[in-house]
Amino acid sequence: MASTSQDKQNQDESNETGRWASLIGGGAMVLMGLRQRSLRGALTAIAGGTLAYQAATKKGGIQEALGMDKTITVEKTVTINKPAAELYRFWRNLENLPHFMKHLKSVTVISDKRSHWVANAPMGASVEWDADIIEERENEFISWASVEGADVDNSGFVRFKPAPADRGTEVKVVMEYAPPGGAVTAAIAKIFGEEPEQQIGDELRRFKMLMEAGEIATTEGQPKGS
Amino acid sequence: MKAVCWHGTTDVRVDTVPDPKIINPRDAIIKITSTAICGSDLHLYDGYNPTMKSGDILGHEFMGEVVELGSAVKNVNIGDRVVVPFTISCGSCFFCNRDLWSLCDNSNPNAWMVEKIMGYSPAGLFGYSHMTGGYAGGQAEYARVPFADTGLFKIPDGLTDEQVLFLTDILPTGYMAAENCDIQPGDTVAIWGCGPVGQFGIRSAYMLGAERVIAIDRVPERLKMAKEQSKAEVINYEEVDAGEALKEMTGGRGPDSCMDAVGMEAHGTGLEGFYDEAKQALRLETDRPTALRQAIVACRKGGTVSVPGVYTGFVDKMPLGAFMNKGLTMKTGQTHVHRYFRPLLERIQNGEIDPSYIITHRLKLEEAPHAYEIFKHKKDNCIKVVLKP
Repeated sequence: MASTSQDKQNQDESNETGRWASLIGGGAMVLMGLRQRSLRGALTAIAGGTLAYQAATKKGGIQEALGMDKTITVEKTVTINKPAAELYRFWRNLENLPHFMKHLKSVTVISDKRSHWVANAPMGASVEWDADIIEERENEFISWASVEGADVDNSGFVRFKPAPADRGTEVKVVMEYAPPGGAVTAAIAKIFGEEPEQQIGDELRRFKMLMEAGEIATTEGQPKGS
Repeated sequence: MKAVCWHGTTDVRVDTVPDPKIINPRDAIIKITSTAICGSDLHLYDGYNPTMKSGDILGHEFMGEVVELGSAVKNVNIGDRVVVPFTISCGSCFFCNRDLWSLCDNSNPNAWMVEKIMGYSPAGLFGYSHMTGGYAGGQAEYARVPFADTGLFKIPDGLTDEQVLFLTDILPTGYMAAENCDIQPGDTVAIWGCGPVGQFGIRSAYMLGAERVIAIDRVPERLKMAKEQSKAEVINYEEVDAGEALKEMTGGRGPDSCMDAVGMEAHGTGLEGFYDEAKQALRLETDRPTALRQAIVACRKGGTVSVPGVYTGFVDKMPLGAFMNKGLTMKTGQTHVHRYFRPLLERIQNGEIDPSYIITHRLKLEEAPHAYEIFKHKKDNCIKVVLKP
């Protein structure tokens, strides 16, 4: 029997979801496998299966619907000399995140899935959004996406993967965000830095310092000559 | 307090600055009793590190008395007399756990600067530019010591400051450099540079079983110290070709290991020296690697090249053909001071070495600008300056 186009699409979708799941769980660079997909769509597809295939393609997905063609994606990994469970526990309490994410003013947990984020913007202003956890696997994986109406549309995941031979845990963060343009763009640049790779890298490094050394190395407040 | 601050190339001043305070729970504040100027400070003095900022407090060889402790420091007490390693190490990362303290993952808040050049960042260092953390240094009356629970070593009674001060850096640096030479019975070790690290490299090579140590320099009083006090055979490279001399002195085979205790501001001779000085002046090359080039070429086949000399950036004209075809091994790195502290303290206590013999000048902290000047130009037979706040 010849396969219908519907069968073909289901097959593709399932292959794609499987490929994504293994990419996120594996040792490769995730963004190299992103191709034409939006991260949000892919994360939703893995969590929920079918509904998301349309959204998983950039063309015709939410991105285009919202008129956003300039998404920024970042991937950073750091190895932390602590067990995955300990790191996951700290991170999963989202209200802990401002301890090492400098640009965040606060994260408030509203329910098991939803949280409210406030980030610093220039001139004492702030930007805010709500985010939902899309999927979580204890001690392994948390993915999230902002809900509709966010000042900054963003999504991403953090993955905790034990390194071989008790060498700690590889913590990988992959994020995608869409600067909405206009006046808010400057604020976004400030929040995520002009070099988002470096900013996310620095935040992961501060997370590592906090977890391994118990504090974040700094020189702020030390004396200097005039 | 008073502190020695960098204000630009060959411009250091003693400024009055705010006293340091506890910032993190693992911090301590030390009242400094002795502090020294290191040869590597001259690289900053001479303006070869682009990440220095005006007002930075210099100094990474210092010791003193604990006057204040952060809430998390439980293993030292106020009033303890302590020596501070120049490398800042957290004590709990992959590298600290493997005894590779100068490669600590968690002590450089400016790691991103180094990553752009080196791929990954080594540890933060005191008073040694912003690419290694921008930490205020110890040529001052007081200093803040981060990770004080791993970064302070108590000194037993009965030892003077001058006997233990160099455990901060140059004694372990000379020792690790000798260890990196992989010395076997009967070996000859050649050492470029008879500054303080070279002197301790000579002494350490003997402690580790070298048969002969041959030291190379051009400054008469340094060669004299190497010969008379550190007990090396010496070569003045302005009088003879160091490579030829080494070959003749080692039965035509070459030294088993070669140590570059000079680093990025080596003085070359002839055309090669001119080439490097011109390129460095034009910032086309950050480092002048004359000693390292010679060490590679002079080393016997299958030998080891040890590099305690400091390099920060890029070098030209490295004889990689010689390095590869002769099957050499190179070992290097900032010193893992924490690893060597106790064994070397024991050697000082049992009289195997009294490191104070290298000190030529004892000056007040206020005299730092003069001290830098004479140290840089090797005036007044200056080999090592200790400053007293």
